[in-house]
Amino acid sequence: MTNTQDHETLPDAPEYDAENAGDAEFDDDDEPLDLTRENNAKITMLGSATDDDSCASFQFENEDHTLGNALRWIIMKNPQVEFCGYSIPHPSEAKMNMRIQTYGEITAKDALIKGLADLRDLCDVVTDKFVAEKERFTAEKRR
Amino acid sequence: MAPTQEELERRRIVRVEEERVSHVTSTDFPGHYPGEDHAWDLDEFRKKFKIQIHKANELDYEFDLIGVDASVANAFRRILIAEVPTLAIETVFVHNNTSIVQDEVLAQRLGLVPLRGDKKGFQHLRWRKKNPEEPAAEATDFNTVVMTLKVACTRNHAVPATETDPSKLYFNSSVYARDIKFAPQGRQPQWFAGAGEIRAVNPDILLAKLRPGQEIDLEMHCVLGIGQDHAKFSPVATASYRLLPSIKIKQPITGEDAEKFVGCFPAGVAEVQTDRKTGEKKAVVVNPRKDTVSREVLRHDEFKGKVELGRVRDHFIFSVESTGMYNSDELFLQAVQILKKKCIDFQEKLLES
Repeated sequence: MTNTQDHETLPDAPEYDAENAGDAEFDDDDEPLDLTRENNAKITMLGSATDDDSCASFQFENEDHTLGNALRWIIMKNPQVEFCGYSIPHPSEAKMNMRIQTYGEITAKDALIKGLADLRDLCDVVTDKFVAEKERFTAEKRR
Repeated sequence: MAPTQEELERRRIVRVEEERVSHVTSTDFPGHYPGEDHAWDLDEFRKKFKIQIHKANELDYEFDLIGVDASVANAFRRILIAEVPTLAIETVFVHNNTSIVQDEVLAQRLGLVPLRGDKKGFQHLRWRKKNPEEPAAEATDFNTVVMTLKVACTRNHAVPATETDPSKLYFNSSVYARDIKFAPQGRQPQWFAGAGEIRAVNPDILLAKLRPGQEIDLEMHCVLGIGQDHAKFSPVATASYRLLPSIKIKQPITGEDAEKFVGCFPAGVAEVQTDRKTGEKKAVVVNPRKDTVSREVLRHDEFKGKVELGRVRDHFIFSVESTGMYNSDELFLQAVQILKKKCIDFQEKLLES
């Protein structure tokens, strides 16, 4: 670039220096990159109908069918849950509502937390299996 | 009271009938069948879940996910299309553009050019915040990649007067994606060194045409974004799945009918086998994977009640075609990580409150 354009050079960002959390760990790992390190998740509990919290609705912000349907499925797999459903009340609002009703032994919030944990475990299994299968496939191809 | 093997097999099939599909929704939930469990069981899932890779080219993968619900497979597909971040040209500063392509049209074309570079280098990049109030909204070497495009068209005086081909008559008569040059800032020369420099995936994308005296001089700022925001950020050309077709022959189809039966399917799906002893011809299904489920067999009376078409509910044939920034396998793994990250984040927020 010519000299006249030098003033357009971008400044370095001081807030991302080496001591910044996470920077050191890039070099060694082969993990798929995670650009969304920060946690911007937002969830609120909407009014609860019963006194014992066995039923509740939750509002997820900036979520859609992607998480909604997968989470609904895994929460429905919980035998203590009587009902679970989700909806997107309005297409131009990035909000997803989820309704959970349990039989009363656990609270709706517990059911949701268990659902999230189960889905996370599922993701780990999918990753493991995919990596293993890729190794098998490449080894077989080389032969 | 465990269900019979036959019953379990029946539950796995979404039936495709002559005029409708039936048995569409999954029924593997607790309380659906009396006396059966169906509760989420990680070990059981690990045992039953399978992945089979069928095609593994860098940018084009085909693999089967077996033993997972549609809601999960669909989540992966949706994340691949709309939530895996990639780099794309977001802002174009036009210093000079005397070509016939208007500034805004050229800017739109540039935005859609897929970019690639050192994959490790991309890990250093961060979101550029859109809200001007936030500190990360300022352009830095961590969130912005600068590219330049400076092309001027001139006449080539060395060609004979009879020449009519513009590509020989003029220099730079066409502007291609290869003319976009990376202008590294700050620490970017280390992150995207040598062959890892940021460039267009396909150098031959035609951006504009020029004639002598016309010139394009631009500076472009690329940022990370997701497909949800704009399709140019989508890392995949296509990410789709289909369910494995299933063809069940309930009564033997023999003789003339066997030939006709095979003809109802695309090549390689079914074939006629001749019995060595009796010499009788019999139709057998060899590879239902190749079937398009056209339902042609169901139109013929001779096959009534003899064949059942369907699709396997939990067998997804995934195909992921990358635009080039990442390989398809990396994209799928990233998609799984993104779904996991969502779960962790919400779980954290719930446990806090």
